[in-house]
Amino acid sequence: MKEDRLLNLKSKLSTFDAEFTEVNGSPAVYIDKSRIIEACRVLKEDESLKFVSLVDSVSVDRFTKKDRYEMIYNLVSIEFNERIFVKIRLDSQKPEMESLCSVWESANWYEREAYDMIGINFINHPDLRRMYMPEYFEYHPLRKDFPLMGIPDSLPLPNK
Amino acid sequence: MDIQDKVAKSKYSKILQTLESENLSVTFDDALDNEMILNMGPQHPATHGVLRLLVSLDGETVLNCVPELGYLHRGYEKLAEACTYHEFIPHTDRLDYLSPMANNVGYALAVEKLIHLEIPERGKYIRVIIAELARIQSHLLAIGALVMDIGAVTPFLWAIREREKILDIYDIICGARFTNTYTRIGGVAQDLTDEAINGIRKFIDEFIANLDDMRKLVERNKIFIIRCEGIGYLSKEKCIELGLTGPLIRACGIERDLRKAEPYLVYDKLDFDIPVYTDSDCLARYYVRIDELVESVKIIRQCLDKIPAGPYNALETKKVLPKKDRIYTKMEELIHDFMLINFGVNPPVGESYSAIEASKGELGFYIISDGSGYPFRLKIRSPSFCNLQALAPMMKNCMISDTVVIIGSVDPVMGEADK
Repeated sequence: MKEDRLLNLKSKLSTFDAEFTEVNGSPAVYIDKSRIIEACRVLKEDESLKFVSLVDSVSVDRFTKKDRYEMIYNLVSIEFNERIFVKIRLDSQKPEMESLCSVWESANWYEREAYDMIGINFINHPDLRRMYMPEYFEYHPLRKDFPLMGIPDSLPLPNK
Repeated sequence: MDIQDKVAKSKYSKILQTLESENLSVTFDDALDNEMILNMGPQHPATHGVLRLLVSLDGETVLNCVPELGYLHRGYEKLAEACTYHEFIPHTDRLDYLSPMANNVGYALAVEKLIHLEIPERGKYIRVIIAELARIQSHLLAIGALVMDIGAVTPFLWAIREREKILDIYDIICGARFTNTYTRIGGVAQDLTDEAINGIRKFIDEFIANLDDMRKLVERNKIFIIRCEGIGYLSKEKCIELGLTGPLIRACGIERDLRKAEPYLVYDKLDFDIPVYTDSDCLARYYVRIDELVESVKIIRQCLDKIPAGPYNALETKKVLPKKDRIYTKMEELIHDFMLINFGVNPPVGESYSAIEASKGELGFYIISDGSGYPFRLKIRSPSFCNLQALAPMMKNCMISDTVVIIGSVDPVMGEADK
């Protein structure tokens, strides 16, 4: 992203107490989860930003004491051909955040995947079900404390 | 009289009581009033894999559709955390198994971005050639299967015949037809031989004529046009809102292609166009794919003309696997090989995202490294998964027979969608 465009982005997000980093060339910005919806609306609707497309989200289990979980949203501005990563730190004990489905519709499945794999709870999500695993599965496989081989008897085999 | 007495005295009391005890609630007031839930898949030939759709129907009209995923979930993101960066390359073949070469390229590029490794020109050209062959391979099956779902078997066989030639070329290039595992971190497994180059040249010389033969069968066919035109329409705004990529977004009038938008490899030195259509229906998506085939041939031809001689692997002995013959004869290479296989490439601590334009859309890898030889987290942005989200809005208020056409036009590969 060019210098002046980055300054513009910083000024637009100045009220949100955003913390700027970088993921190979594209800006990455930490935003507090309490004001995430407002910030995302600015990113999407501002005439000089227009991050209209949410192409991916990454859920991370950092396995640290504080702020163990993290959500990374991968936004694309088609008009300006720019990419930005919005990062949200989540609580270790009770990872939950407001769902972004009200801003970008595509967040629906991405957040379901994050809920399934890492166990992040999304508030006001229209359809928070597991994406891949069966509904009665109790664990979240991509958490770092979930063993690679799985947990025996966590998935019942069908009867003969 | 009480209803239970009625049941007890009835001729069919036994049946009625069983029904009652199992609590099967069925209403029979008017059969035509009732909504029907149809379970389509996971074992259905038109779902292109193990996609399961729950479709609620009013007569023949689809009221709503809920896709269910996870029947091919193998947990590749979890497996990746237990593999070194080299070890994960064969797993990428199994993501989009219709174009394994493109996945290899995407993954290798992502890791190279993480370890800041630049590969030589020849390696880049080889990668462009195989990625475009993978696009042809994948689109041929997408088109063939779409047309076959509508009822025309001949174009499918013709498409498969062409695809088979590409698989034969892969056999010459890397020794495997289907799961190639051709790229390595820092280059490719082996050089493109003259035999392979001649094979590719022969293939692309004949391909356009063969494609035109197939198009003649399909494009003027009234049944094909009626079944595709206006079916599966999705507005431009909705396409953006759903984060679609690949042929789906180019069929709705948005010129977005990562080969132009965020050029990787040598795409900025090549001359090609991005086909864009504005109708945003199944027919437009078909035409986008056909035009991309022609563009891919154009790209491959330019690459074959421009491909320079020289090394095809980066000369970074601590990151790139050495050649087998040198491992067996030289001490230094043996040590490097041992270290790379056992401990991995050890990228610096950090995060990196790299995406390529695969045949279905943006195929990205978000890698978080903690400095060890294993990725701390590897997230696969698979285009099929994201594109499948558009299935429900596309299917609303269409006919049940159109569902197969819509699935065919979205072209999902479940290996990739389920990861």
